[in-house]
Amino acid sequence: MTDFLAMGGYAFYVWGAYGVTALALVTEILSLRARRRAALAEAQVTATAEAAR
Amino acid sequence: MHWYRYSSPASFYPFAGRMIPWFAWAAAILTAIGLVIGLAIAPTDFQQGDAYRIIFIHVPAAWMSMFLYLVMAFWSALALGFNTRLSAMMAQALAPTGALMTFIALWTGSLWGRPTWGTYWAWDARMTSELILLFLYLGVIALRNAIDDPRRADRACAILSIVGAINVPIIYYSVKWWNTLHQGASVRPGESKMATIMLVGMLVMALAAWFYAIAIVLARVRVIIVERERGTAWVAEILRARA
Repeated sequence: MTDFLAMGGYAFYVWGAYGVTALALVTEILSLRARRRAALAEAQVTATAEAAR
Repeated sequence: MHWYRYSSPASFYPFAGRMIPWFAWAAAILTAIGLVIGLAIAPTDFQQGDAYRIIFIHVPAAWMSMFLYLVMAFWSALALGFNTRLSAMMAQALAPTGALMTFIALWTGSLWGRPTWGTYWAWDARMTSELILLFLYLGVIALRNAIDDPRRADRACAILSIVGAINVPIIYYSVKWWNTLHQGASVRPGESKMATIMLVGMLVMALAAWFYAIAIVLARVRVIIVERERGTAWVAEILRARA
């Protein structure tokens, strides 16, 4: 396991690449989820205002 | 199959929603397989040691960065030529994921360059043109944010996207046209300089990147549809169904 994590001495480069990639993808997914919630909430406000007219 | 039936946002929205889980699960499963091959099964390279394992992210991300740009330019051309709303929304949905893939390609390339070439960065043709690709994506996103009227933003972004597409063949052929620090193509039709298991791992990861991109872009286009079509009767209908 320690050998695996050490990546033959290239741990910084290999895990730096894989780690930042994972972080970037998770960030994209979470920020899209937040944007989706905001869009639906705003659409709800618009729809409620339309219905009240 | 009548594809034009899905060309309106109202009918594409539920269709995209049904497709997303399939692509997302395919991406997750292929990523898991690709990571096992890339990090555990594929042997250590006799020249580069384990540093070469960055290839399993770097090459798929670099391919996607170029391919997504061409897809964005394609939808932009359709939007401009036929004045179709959904095409412009597709182009809009592609830009952030394209930018992300470009960033990942640059970042992983930099971390790979240091142990193999002795430098994180060089202003060679491949790296510089890939950096320009990132600026093109960011430029398209910034241009949209700078224009209030969505339809005008669609046209401006479409023109920038189409003109910028010239950069993609420049990136692709840069290693042929100029002497670059960056190595030549890893895979060409009919030949490969890699061991089979390494090639398999890379192709599995590339397929995973495809499915991830399709899933996230479909999810984003749905959000964009809600943002831009709110106030219409059919969006109100969707909101009622959700409640």
